[in-house]
Amino acid sequence: MWSISNIANWVNEWLGKNFSAAWVTVFEMVIAGILVISLFAVLGLILVIMERKVSAWMQIRLGPNRVGPKGLLQSAADTVKLLVKEAMTPNGADKFLFNLAPYLAIVVSMLLMAPIAFAKDFMLWDLNIGVLYVSAISSVSVISILMAGWASNNKYSLMGAMRSGAQIVSYELSAGLAILSIVVLTGSLNMNDIIRSQADGWWIFKGHFPVWISFIIFLIAITAETNRAPFDLAEAESELTAGFHTEYSGMKFALFFLAEYVNVFIVCAIGATLFLGGWMPFHIGHWEGFNHIMDFIPSSLWFFGKTFFLIFLIMWFRWTFPRLRIDQLLNLEWKYLLPIGMINLLLVTAMAILKWHF
Amino acid sequence: MFIVNYIKEVFGALKSLAVGLRRTMFYFTHHKEIITEQYPDNRATLKMSDRFKGEVVMPHDEKNEHRCTGCTACEVACPNGTIKIITKFEVNAEGKKKKAIDKFVYHLELCTMCNLCITACPSDAIKMAQTFEHSVFDRSHLTKVLNKPDSKIMEGVE
Amino acid sequence: MVEEIGTTADGDLIINVGPQHPATHGVLHLVITLNGETIKKVEPHLGYIHRSIEKMCESLSYRQFIYVTSRMDYLSSHINNHGCALLVEKAMQIEVPARAQAIRVLLDELTRIASHELWWGAMAMDLGAFTPFFHAFREREMINEIMEDTCGARLTMNYILPGGVLEDIHPDFVKKTKEFIALFKRKVDEYFELLTGNIIFQNRMKGVGILSAEDAISFGCSGPTLRGSGISCDVRKHYPYEIYSQLQFEEVLETGCDSLARYLVRLREMKQSIHIIEQLIDNIPEGDFQAKTKAVLKLPKGEFYQRVETARGEFGIYVVSEGGTTPYRIKFRSPGFSNLSALDHMARGSKIGDLVAMMGTLDLVIPDIDR
Repeated sequence: MWSISNIANWVNEWLGKNFSAAWVTVFEMVIAGILVISLFAVLGLILVIMERKVSAWMQIRLGPNRVGPKGLLQSAADTVKLLVKEAMTPNGADKFLFNLAPYLAIVVSMLLMAPIAFAKDFMLWDLNIGVLYVSAISSVSVISILMAGWASNNKYSLMGAMRSGAQIVSYELSAGLAILSIVVLTGSLNMNDIIRSQADGWWIFKGHFPVWISFIIFLIAITAETNRAPFDLAEAESELTAGFHTEYSGMKFALFFLAEYVNVFIVCAIGATLFLGGWMPFHIGHWEGFNHIMDFIPSSLWFFGKTFFLIFLIMWFRWTFPRLRIDQLLNLEWKYLLPIGMINLLLVTAMAILKWHF
Repeated sequence: MFIVNYIKEVFGALKSLAVGLRRTMFYFTHHKEIITEQYPDNRATLKMSDRFKGEVVMPHDEKNEHRCTGCTACEVACPNGTIKIITKFEVNAEGKKKKAIDKFVYHLELCTMCNLCITACPSDAIKMAQTFEHSVFDRSHLTKVLNKPDSKIMEGVE
Repeated sequence: MVEEIGTTADGDLIINVGPQHPATHGVLHLVITLNGETIKKVEPHLGYIHRSIEKMCESLSYRQFIYVTSRMDYLSSHINNHGCALLVEKAMQIEVPARAQAIRVLLDELTRIASHELWWGAMAMDLGAFTPFFHAFREREMINEIMEDTCGARLTMNYILPGGVLEDIHPDFVKKTKEFIALFKRKVDEYFELLTGNIIFQNRMKGVGILSAEDAISFGCSGPTLRGSGISCDVRKHYPYEIYSQLQFEEVLETGCDSLARYLVRLREMKQSIHIIEQLIDNIPEGDFQAKTKAVLKLPKGEFYQRVETARGEFGIYVVSEGGTTPYRIKFRSPGFSNLSALDHMARGSKIGDLVAMMGTLDLVIPDIDR
């Protein structure tokens, strides 16, 4: 049967036949790098146009409809515009840090791509501590924001960066707790093991209400971690004009923009992997016939379908809710999400020990 | 009791958020509600209200005659010097000298469409047109002469 | 690098909010002193859109100066025009026909709704919710269409002349207004779903920007800002002009003194305006739409004052006449200016996000403040 992993294996075999082992590794790394970068570009284009269409329809507008069929090439045109714009560096800025920050943001999102399983047996790096790796690397993204805010030498940027620092550091906790509840149920930190454990049903169905709670907490926490409304305090354009990227223009701004969208994709992919079974088709217990029909849908479609469903949820939040205030944001984390998450983790642990889940 | 209130608070909050989400989802799925007007495309069907105050024009009939006597009532009524009337003396058939307009200069760039000149005009010589696409590349195009070349005053308008 | 960032001797941060800032809706310039996220002082700097309208009016006749007032509070330009016309009529003792009065009041209330719609959307946008803005503009667009049909313009109408109105109402006016009322009544519940009931919104508004009744009076606040502090101050009730004394409507009062109270006052005022329109729309008296006035208006020697209730509060026009065709001195009392003066008092000790919310609930229109 046709699948992405077959293509990968075929490429591997072909390279193995024609080159020595060292060159195969080099070529495969180059191919993987190119794939990641092109996925980046494609994701950026798709997510921007998706966001614009979603927001337009929720706001009873048409949205972009001029460039290309139904306006689908609008984000490509915007990218071209951003590419030809001047990427200014303000006079008072710390030039090295200022220019480094957007690249750091992009690098962090690229690193996060490694342990994600895009389809059955198709991932960059089958890491046995995949979940830990993700939660560790994603905290680094705050450094790029702090760096951008500090180096801009702009008060708005600095305040945005400080807000972002407080926000990401605190929401990391509840995101971690929500992820832990799945780790407890699965007993593994490996992404592939987590996906395989959902072969007879996704955790969101198998895990009863404790998993629903952790799913909701996870959704809230990732919305906050990616600086999306209603938690977009780091940008908060009605308060801080544009927050940490006030001084950025042209492609440097676009890199931040891209990193934000790719981060959204990655956290949603992780959410889909943990709670919705990743590339695992929709299986119900032991209904062999039904499960077999579901297996005919390619695993990559399952993965991207689930991920884009979660992305849509996050966009839906953004275009519905007003923004929180900074103290309310921290209250929400420390007074609500964290205690609930901790109690929930206990519940999940009890459930895992007593085998209450399906 | 504290725990009960806490849980109530959490669920009340989630419910209020769900209500908002339902509303935006309604609009997301109901594309009939979209109100965007695709302006340059709907030019043919775009109908301005017949009272819309776009710019001052001076209607001429088929004999190239207008109704302006050059009384400068509009010029006086205008709050910001938009209208300037330059008059000349014409000799009519009986050999009498008569005042007539030479140029009715209208500065669109100064006009605030307040309609005071139209109400001031005793002979209904000017009216508001419904045009609204006034942008030009050169400011001088906005200074218009409203009476057409070689136009005359209509018979019987004093 | 640190020393380049402007701070006070106490180490507080000074930030210029505006004159180009997304939340100031115009060219308001606020210099705020911050301690972390907490506001220590708010200092409004005015003058970016000063056009010396009062001085300009001294060279304009009593028919001409009305159009200038549209450019002050452009969102309730019709009500400003109305006040000026009322002043001239009062001074010259012109009797305005009943039909003209009814039309003026109808359009006043439509203007009020349109202004509150825009405020609602813009305030939601200040708080970070974008969708309400477009939903509010859907209803506002209908009012604008009604205005365009009858007055010939969508924002600066110049429809009112001393002695009446410019033209009779458009034949479609009654039909379109009824359509608008029907639509508005359906859609106003969505405002609750989208914003008012939302827990985030409630938390952002409740207990924020406290302006006690005493403070509100001492700062000279008026309109919904003062009514949100529980003081009855509606000019339409206390100094009724035109036919307001014959109409049934309720003065909206909220006792919360906070941002939420001011917000609710405006939302409920929209419903009261709809109530007024419903009473009038089928009962527009027949007759002239304009009284016979002299070609040149001359106010008798003396001083005249007229107040009207705009969407933002009490708008006052004070004219000193020497008996000529132009005013000797004119002074406008704009509601936005006094309301803005309370901002510093309200904002001290709260967060930056609150400042934006407070500015939203004050419903500032900058050309109205600067004139």
